[in-house]
Amino acid sequence: MIRLEYVYILGGLMFAAFAVMNALDRTHTKWWRNTLFWGAYAVTFLFGSYLPNVVNGVLVIIMVLIAGFGGIGRGAERTTSLAERQASARHFGNLLFVPALTIAGVAVFGTVVLKYVQIGGVPLFEPKQITLVSLGLATVVALIVGYVMLRPPALAPIEEGRRLIDQVGWAAVLPQMLAALGAVFAAAGVGKVIATLVAAYIPIDVPLAVVAAYTIGMALFTVIMGNAFAAFPVMTAGIGLPLIVHHLGGNAIVMSAIGMLSGFCGTLMTPMAANFNIVPAALLELPDRYAVIKVQVPTAILMLIGNTALMYFFVFR
Amino acid sequence: MFLLSGILIIVVGFSIGLNPLLVVAVAGLATGIAGGLHPLDVIALFGKSFVDSRYIAIVWLVLPVIGLLERSGLRERAQYLISRIAAASAGRILLLYLALRQITAALGLLTLGGHAQMVRPLIAPMAEAAAETRLGALPPRVGNMIRAYAAATDNTGAFFGEDVFLAVGSILLIKGFLQQNGVDAEPWRLALWAIPTALLAFVIHGTRLLLLDRRLKREMAR
Repeated sequence: MIRLEYVYILGGLMFAAFAVMNALDRTHTKWWRNTLFWGAYAVTFLFGSYLPNVVNGVLVIIMVLIAGFGGIGRGAERTTSLAERQASARHFGNLLFVPALTIAGVAVFGTVVLKYVQIGGVPLFEPKQITLVSLGLATVVALIVGYVMLRPPALAPIEEGRRLIDQVGWAAVLPQMLAALGAVFAAAGVGKVIATLVAAYIPIDVPLAVVAAYTIGMALFTVIMGNAFAAFPVMTAGIGLPLIVHHLGGNAIVMSAIGMLSGFCGTLMTPMAANFNIVPAALLELPDRYAVIKVQVPTAILMLIGNTALMYFFVFR
Repeated sequence: MFLLSGILIIVVGFSIGLNPLLVVAVAGLATGIAGGLHPLDVIALFGKSFVDSRYIAIVWLVLPVIGLLERSGLRERAQYLISRIAAASAGRILLLYLALRQITAALGLLTLGGHAQMVRPLIAPMAEAAAETRLGALPPRVGNMIRAYAAATDNTGAFFGEDVFLAVGSILLIKGFLQQNGVDAEPWRLALWAIPTALLAFVIHGTRLLLLDRRLKREMAR
């Protein structure tokens, strides 16, 4: 069975290769910082499942200290020039889309079809992780297709991968850091404090006020946690179920469905949802770290108003 | 109330521009200690949840392929194709992408889109190329605005499409939570109630995308 753990090992090998590339790059003034940063990250992928929690925690702290004091840098980019790329684009034409579509195709094929493949009664892929395992497999297949079609120098994909991860920098690790922060918040009971605060100030007999407190509370708490999944149980147990369902007689299903989507409005507005908002800004080389959030705020606010209206009209029917 | 100190640290730290990794680590330590945890336990909890959430980072595995395609001219080819379609504009390309992203997400095909595998190599360069064909060479300010819209469109389409699919994580989370609280929720009913919001998202964000073309023209005149 192909497990998620194998995909992590693949990721570990890739980050280890980035670390080695940095160590060998003497044009790079911060080479040892990059090597240590991506090296520690590689260890969490290769051995994270087997190391004691506190050792993983120390690896994380090492990465934090490197990024926080002095930071990591970018080496010289060994890539093609614009003229070379234009010539190559003319040469290969639409064939260039084939590896890109291979990623999407194999990922979807794996999720939809390979899910059911069994060998000797054992599923080929770890069933619960089918999407992630398929994505991992898809990148490998696409890379092989790319090698065969484009015949690049052997190390080109690693060189190019390092170029891209250098553009993203520490932001690549931020989503996992925030997930860890969410766990600490949950363990310390931050959610209950906030739900109690919100619930204390709601006029509980005014349906619109209660609905708005729930939807806006979902969005606000998601802004803080960076994740609507973390906000949902807290806000629904604190406000949704006791006030909308039990006190005012609303429909729990309508409330939950639209409540979660109100949380997603919060996701669009917060740097805490780094993989959606901060990482793409880095990936697209935007000088303003918050540029994506700024574009999303009007959509998010209008959607939050819309969700509140939808819930108000449908939850009490 | 000391429990909320972590939130304060995040807000202040992010807004004065300290490194976010450092800010998050300090906020976590402060919150954990305020909640009565031993500092070493907080570090262990950090390590455990960091490792548990490695799945978020699997998307980085696409970087070598995407980089390989970029060095071979993928973005240049996508730009060339778009520049030959007269009806193409940045807003219209992103509107089409919004529709496709919402529909495929609603069918459970979230991995078809994404910032690393779709937006950077294809969608953003195509939208920029369309704007360039119409308006001439774009100053960096305008190009960056189009890229930010491209990323925002991917997020909006994914968020307000995925919940229409029955087996997505959030639907299963809602079902589990309601079950614990004595409410039996069938996933298809939860997914059904995600449809009005999905349509609303298409109307709201779609309108903004159609207005984008006009906004770009104004920005170019500045």
